[in-house]
Amino acid sequence: MANDESIPRRDFLKGASLTGASVAAAATGLVACSPKAETAASQATPATQDTWLVLTPEEAEFFIAAADTIIPKDELSPSGSECGVPVFIDRQLASAWGGGDRMYRAGPFVKGTPEQGYQLSLTPHQYFVAGVIAANAWCEKTYGKTFDRLDQAKRNEALTAMEKGTAEFDGFESKPFFTALLTINMEGFFADPIYGGNRNKASWRMLGFPGLPAIYADKIDAYRGKRYPVTEPQSIADFS
Amino acid sequence: MVTKLKETDAVVIGMGWTGSILSRELTKAGLNVVGLERGSMRTPREDFTIPQIRDELKYGNRHELFQDTAMETVSLRHTTRDTALPLRRLGSFLPGNNVGGAGSHWNGATWRRLEADYMVRSHYTQKYGAKVIPADMTVQDFGVTYADMEPYYDKFERLCGISGQAGNLRGQKIDGGNPFEGPRSNHYPNKPLARGLSSVLFDDAAKKLGYHPFPQPSANASEAYTNFEGATMGQCVYCGFCERYGCESNAKASPNVNILPVLMPDPRFELRTNAYVKKLNYDRRVKKVTSVTYIDTRTGEEYEQPAGIIILAAYVFNNTLLMLYSGIGTPYDPVTGRGTVGKNYCYQYTGSGVTVFFDDKETNPFMAAGAFGTIMDDFNSDNFDHSGLGFIGGGHISAGLSNGRPIETRQVPPGTPRWGKDWKAATAKYYRRWFTVAGTACNYAYRDNYLDLDPTYKDAIGRPLLRMTFNWKENDYKIGAFLSQKSAEIARAMNPTIMTPPRFRTGDYDSRPYQSTHNTGGTIMGTDPKTSVVNKYLQAWDASNLFIMGASTFPQNQSYNPTGPLGASAYWSANKIVTDYIKNPGPLMHA
Repeated sequence: MANDESIPRRDFLKGASLTGASVAAAATGLVACSPKAETAASQATPATQDTWLVLTPEEAEFFIAAADTIIPKDELSPSGSECGVPVFIDRQLASAWGGGDRMYRAGPFVKGTPEQGYQLSLTPHQYFVAGVIAANAWCEKTYGKTFDRLDQAKRNEALTAMEKGTAEFDGFESKPFFTALLTINMEGFFADPIYGGNRNKASWRMLGFPGLPAIYADKIDAYRGKRYPVTEPQSIADFS
Repeated sequence: MVTKLKETDAVVIGMGWTGSILSRELTKAGLNVVGLERGSMRTPREDFTIPQIRDELKYGNRHELFQDTAMETVSLRHTTRDTALPLRRLGSFLPGNNVGGAGSHWNGATWRRLEADYMVRSHYTQKYGAKVIPADMTVQDFGVTYADMEPYYDKFERLCGISGQAGNLRGQKIDGGNPFEGPRSNHYPNKPLARGLSSVLFDDAAKKLGYHPFPQPSANASEAYTNFEGATMGQCVYCGFCERYGCESNAKASPNVNILPVLMPDPRFELRTNAYVKKLNYDRRVKKVTSVTYIDTRTGEEYEQPAGIIILAAYVFNNTLLMLYSGIGTPYDPVTGRGTVGKNYCYQYTGSGVTVFFDDKETNPFMAAGAFGTIMDDFNSDNFDHSGLGFIGGGHISAGLSNGRPIETRQVPPGTPRWGKDWKAATAKYYRRWFTVAGTACNYAYRDNYLDLDPTYKDAIGRPLLRMTFNWKENDYKIGAFLSQKSAEIARAMNPTIMTPPRFRTGDYDSRPYQSTHNTGGTIMGTDPKTSVVNKYLQAWDASNLFIMGASTFPQNQSYNPTGPLGASAYWSANKIVTDYIKNPGPLMHA
């Protein structure tokens, strides 16, 4: 299993990556303290360092870098990691879903056509563990650095190569890995904040999605074709 | 060890729409009924409340209310030459689980089949000649007509408080309704739902082009409603959390809201949840099912429940699997064309159209009901001349957004990247400014699209998985090309800022993206036991005390969502059981 083979390698990287994690957390912390960033869109920044249930330091660095590349910080929203997307991913991979709940896992495991869907024996957690190792190995071979250490332009280039499937991972397909990575990032960015991503409902503010109250019987006619104003989107926590 | 239980009058397998209807009708007739449901109890008061029910990740993406593929799934191959592989997660379709079944988490589109849809083979043959039907297309007539079913459609609509606009009241055409519908004996119980921007723009554009748009008939109640059972529905609040979710307002018709409140207290009815039916025990000699064996999924204990009448009301897949696994009837053989169980598996061909974007208009996608929009039937069924088109059947074209849930429902103009800065900018700009105009088409039966038992993969209790051999055919692609062009013509008349090129599904059937949970066939109905599994009263030809409900009895799939037709046919069958079968058990039709 890719999972087991990876252990020595991840142990080796642990020390170096921990430093990286602290630096990243400190950097995002600075944004939180900056008065200039106190706009609605920037309040998502965590006050304290993110902690992980199942992510290794290397995995955490990878997911932080990927989230910030897929969802870059700009005037529309904080970055993916500032919005808690890596925390969302960590919790999802630690959840029953990450462990393969509601997934048919009997063999034989045979490679099929793409239209036949996912056919690996790996749970979502195992799949992302294997994928991050393969992606970082490819980045090291191609750029001499793991994904998280690449500059923004190279991260964009690397993710684009995975998206197109031209990134030739060792024994692992890059294109489906990218699709899974993109999907879980979008889930983290847009899901209810209760799961650890979408902090301060940053993506809902960006969209103008009002969230949960949702009583519109008398608003369909009134707002037909017009902007429905959303001052404060409502999430599950707002009702609890 | 199997514990044998005391015999009951009737056992009902599956507590979705049809199982709930049959349980209600049989208990009202004085029978003692045991309902077996593989999932858990679901009540609106406990399970469909805010804020939790509006958790998109849990219900929309992690499939809280759907069939658990760890327990059971289907395998898929595209042709008989391929190796089928299991669907390890749900994607293309989302069968329900738990009390209420898919009837608790559907959108609510509720249709009556068109008159010609009941007679696909004879209608096209008579009008266009036998050659119009390809040699390997195995479409059949239902053996019943629209007129037979009309009173039962009416009853199902009144059960559900359907909101809509009649187009043909006892032969009288009414402006604003569907002029192509068969005559109806009554108006819809509720007025149509409110209209969003997409509905209004589509309505105007379609009328300008000479078409006949009408409001989507919907099980989302436009006003509070009390049905003939005394069950009450609230008014739809257009919350945008309909399909994949239970309704917090009791405004979406479901077994849980519209039948179970009166069925559950009935002492003649006993519901057993976590009761996973493994097998129907069949006595070949007397051609009857004597009992059903089920497993308590909490303990693994097996029970045998004998019953006089067996109602098989699971989803399409389990209806067919239980027939094949229990050895009832003859499995269909695609080589010889003989046998019937598993024959004529069909699906639904969705998504032939365009997406439009507006810089100057807001669509507010989050203000929506599930079955919400405007439709036209001008290119559905045989409502238009098929001479020279090279296909038969068609589809309905519609516009409308059923939700603005942020994980699932976002579109960006063509050419936008899927991530990064430009994606974000386009998403922020267009999330509230788009909708689709698209056709949803019928899917007709072919000789080599069928269901049987998988030779390799097993479910959690050791039975073979159901194997689906299925692919799109030329008829589908041609309808897709046709409907996407017609959709584009209407969309263009709305003057969108941006419009995608017309698109339709090409290539092999793809099990990954959601398309529709409108799988049909496998235990089809008809008037000849050589070509159907059940007769026109839904009674199995090979077991006179076995009645099979739902879309597995459709010989082929019309463009419409199946719930209206299967609700009507459940009442039709229940009526025959109550008025004739109980008094005189035995075959209701002779071959």
